Amino acid sequence: MELLVASAIGVMTASGIYLILRLRAFPVILGLSMLTYAVNTFLFVTGRLVVNRPPILSPEAAGYTDPLPQALVLTAIVISFGMTAVTVMMALGAFLETGDDRIEMTGEDEGEDEGTAGDGARAPEDAR
Amino acid sequence: MLPALIAALPFLGALLPGLMIRAGRNACAIATGSVTALALLGLMLHAPAVIGGEVILARFEWLPALGLNAHFMLDGLGLLFAGLILGIGLLIIIYARFYLSAEDPMGQFYTYLMLFQGAMVGIVLSDNILLLLIFWELTSLSSFLLIGYWKHLPEGRQGARMALTVTGMGGLAMIAGMLILGNIAGSYDLSVILTKGEEIRASEWYLPALILILAGCFTKSAQFPFHFWLPHAMAAPTPVSAYLHSATMVKAGLFLMARMWPVLSGTPEWFYIVATTGAVTMLIGAKIALFKDDLKAVLAFSTVSHLGLVTMLLGLGTKAAAIVAVFHIINHASFKAALFMAAGIVDHEAHTRDIRRLGGLRRLMPVTFAITLIAALSMAGIPPLNGFLSKEMMLEEALHTPWAGMAWVFPLLVVSAALLSVASSLRLNVHVFMGPERTDYPHHPHDPGFGMWAAPAFLALLVVMIGLFPMTFAGDIVAATSRAVTGEAVEVKIYHWHGLTAALYASVAAVVGGALVLGLHGPLGRLWLALPRPEAKAIFDAVVGAAAGVARALSEGIHDGALSRYLAIFTVGVLGLGFWAFAGGVHLPGMRMPLEAGPVAWVGWALLATCSVLVAVLHRARIVALVLIGVVGLVVSLGFVYLSAPDLALTQLSVEVVTIILLLLALNFLPKRTPAESGGARRLRDALIALLAGLGTAALAFALMLRDFGLPTISDYHLANSKTGGGGTNVVNVILVDFRGYDTFGEIIVLGIAGLVIFALTEALFAGPAGRRLLGWRADAPKAGDRHPMMLVVAARVLLPISIMVGIYIFLRGHNEPGGGFIAGLVVAIALLMQYIASGSAWTEARQRIDYHAFIGVGVVIAGATGIGAWFATRPFLTSNFGYFRIPPFEKFELATAMAFDLGVFLTVIGAVMLTLASLTRIALRAGTTVNAAPMDADPSAAPASEARG
Repeated sequence: MELLVASAIGVMTASGIYLILRLRAFPVILGLSMLTYAVNTFLFVTGRLVVNRPPILSPEAAGYTDPLPQALVLTAIVISFGMTAVTVMMALGAFLETGDDRIEMTGEDEGEDEGTAGDGARAPEDAR
Repeated sequence: MLPALIAALPFLGALLPGLMIRAGRNACAIATGSVTALALLGLMLHAPAVIGGEVILARFEWLPALGLNAHFMLDGLGLLFAGLILGIGLLIIIYARFYLSAEDPMGQFYTYLMLFQGAMVGIVLSDNILLLLIFWELTSLSSFLLIGYWKHLPEGRQGARMALTVTGMGGLAMIAGMLILGNIAGSYDLSVILTKGEEIRASEWYLPALILILAGCFTKSAQFPFHFWLPHAMAAPTPVSAYLHSATMVKAGLFLMARMWPVLSGTPEWFYIVATTGAVTMLIGAKIALFKDDLKAVLAFSTVSHLGLVTMLLGLGTKAAAIVAVFHIINHASFKAALFMAAGIVDHEAHTRDIRRLGGLRRLMPVTFAITLIAALSMAGIPPLNGFLSKEMMLEEALHTPWAGMAWVFPLLVVSAALLSVASSLRLNVHVFMGPERTDYPHHPHDPGFGMWAAPAFLALLVVMIGLFPMTFAGDIVAATSRAVTGEAVEVKIYHWHGLTAALYASVAAVVGGALVLGLHGPLGRLWLALPRPEAKAIFDAVVGAAAGVARALSEGIHDGALSRYLAIFTVGVLGLGFWAFAGGVHLPGMRMPLEAGPVAWVGWALLATCSVLVAVLHRARIVALVLIGVVGLVVSLGFVYLSAPDLALTQLSVEVVTIILLLLALNFLPKRTPAESGGARRLRDALIALLAGLGTAALAFALMLRDFGLPTISDYHLANSKTGGGGTNVVNVILVDFRGYDTFGEIIVLGIAGLVIFALTEALFAGPAGRRLLGWRADAPKAGDRHPMMLVVAARVLLPISIMVGIYIFLRGHNEPGGGFIAGLVVAIALLMQYIASGSAWTEARQRIDYHAFIGVGVVIAGATGIGAWFATRPFLTSNFGYFRIPPFEKFELATAMAFDLGVFLTVIGAVMLTLASLTRIALRAGTTVNAAPMDADPSAAPASEARG
């Protein structure tokens, strides 16, 4: 079981890293989501793997798993939603502003700055 | 008055000028001056006791665990320096009132000055070296503001930057030195450190600590080779130069060397580093001073020279030399501050301070001439003025100290320095005031009003009085200070006539030689100009430029604007570090028994692994990728169920739903496909990095899971106290709302802020080109025919009360069973989202009474108020309480304050999630999505009527 969980974390990490190295906003967001899964799962398993012993106190329970990583991961999941939402919104905003969801800011960007300084707003290309 | 209050008063006083300047410049100066006067009065009240040998302490615990405490101490040394700082500070405040012109923002000036004053007083009264370091850095910062006070002058800004760089770097070195020192002594309290001199000098860390601390002292006190910043700092207004660069800040280094004298001095290292640096600085400063033509530059370099003199005396390490050092500090402060102020008057009146353009001012400015004459003669060491006394004593000490067995080194250095110093002191009188009156002054000069010359005149008077009656005016304070510096009672005897000693001959030689050198100033000056000499500013600029260039090259090489580039560098870097740590660490074998994996686990794993790989492979088809990532999320939540984490499973599941909806809505406007841009090599490289990262993480996770906890976890405490202390059986929920409630409080605030940020971003988008583009939006994909199918509308409406009830149920049981505010909030948010999807935003928002912003606000306020409620029971913030109640006919039930907190969480989560998705809805509306007037595409209520007609 440990091997399965560990390899699952590995696969999710690899997929996430590959995606965040792409050049467009959307795959990067997907990659961040994959990394979120991987990281949350990793944090969760720091409490070690335990089956059928949820941290709900009861007289019949034979024992409990470690509740602390669960509490930490629970808030992490919710916060990562908030962060994903902000990133999505920024990506969407950038796309709507520029008609492009490229995330690299090399070369052409500097030219754009000069253009802005020279003749005001850059003529927006049509998105379609 | 407590020493702590004396140090705090100037800081409090720094608030006044900004307010009082509205009442006029006089009111501002008077208010500022009264604060300083009050602090000086408080100090003077202690003077009799301190001179009598008492040490006054004031101690407040601040961070005792770090050894950082607000411990203040007032002894003789502190009294002398605090007296100089506050006394001369008062004179400077008066002088500056008349010096600054109407255009200069005087309130700002006094505020900076008071900040500086407080920091200086703090340094000299600290009994804790960490506290001292804080004040030390504050003087660097406030002097930066003062030097750069005339922001419009480039020299002022550059000088300020240079001073901050040099003294700031010295300060950094000193922090390290002080930490080492505190470590050796076992305490950061000076009063303890001062008793451990033997131990510290014997420590193997003595030399590093000494060098680092001296680096701080030498940079602050402008000792060679760090002397170059001081002349550039002269771009400051003259009151600043007079205050910081003659009387106080540059003496901070001397103060510290004197303070640490009992601990650090007395070793060959101390002697060779400190005395040599001092003597060399003394000579170099005196030499450069002679050839400068700017009045303030002359004074600046002569200050460097005199600071070197005091440093050398401290470096000699004998008690007698330390007494002379103390005495000379007093004398130098008096005559040099007077000279600075006089130079400021000349500059103010004649509109130039270039010696070549001056001369013959004797009759035009008699008062200024008198002040300069007295002060400069004292500096030259002419009897009976105070400068003569200390110079004579200094020569006496230096002439009898061999350097590395060579008796001639110190005599040569100090006598030539004294000679040059005499020449430049005399030059101030001869070349500025003597000679024929000129007609080409930039502005016809005359003596200023009383207010401006009062302060230097007072100092000149002091020069004469100390010179004539040294024991009356300075004997006690010198004795008290020397006792504090040397740590033992000393007998101070200052008198004019020592007999026909070597010092007297040296002194006469210096005066005669100085006069000769001044006579030859013209040819010597030409020789000086002809010889090559290093230009400190150019070297400094080159060094700073090179450092900045390297930093820029490095950061631009890594952060070149390509996100993928720095993420790749980051990933590889983390991998490398992880591998390095792993290879260098010690590992125990994994002893934990692995769990058996059943077929269900294998199926889940296969599904997850396949979908994860497919997401990466098929990511160009964005909708497909979204579906696949949804599957991954679902398997993760199933995994949580399997591995005893029901709360996590519920959270992950509901977050998954809202995330996917969010991404789908966003995808509505984004391109549906990612174009293929990176080539094969690039993809191979990325895949390799990803593979390595995945392998590393997997290996780490695997190794971790096979090992038991190294130490007992705090979870046992949580499990044991959840029911008895927190009143709930769901330990995860109790941790969230009780044990770690503060964290959760922070987290919901972050979540709320995220929601608001998204709302604000939308607003900003509408205002810019994006808004215009949205108005002309054409959808790139055909829409489905049914926008609001009747089945969906009806089902969603029927489900709404049920899902809200489920949400409330999950919320209520959360304290004892899986559930709670986070999950309930997400469930209710999904129920509301369903209405948006089924019936459209117009229909839904028409029925929505409360803003989502209000949900966030109310949620955070409720959670906060619950926490504050604990204060009324005199418990710390967020301490929870619970009790069991019975209201017939219901069964006994529990109420916990944590529940109210959880309600806050619940509301914030709803608000943040809904605000996010509603923002995307607003974008859709802006893009011209049709708004349905009727709740559904087909109106069921209209159907029978049409049938009846037909």
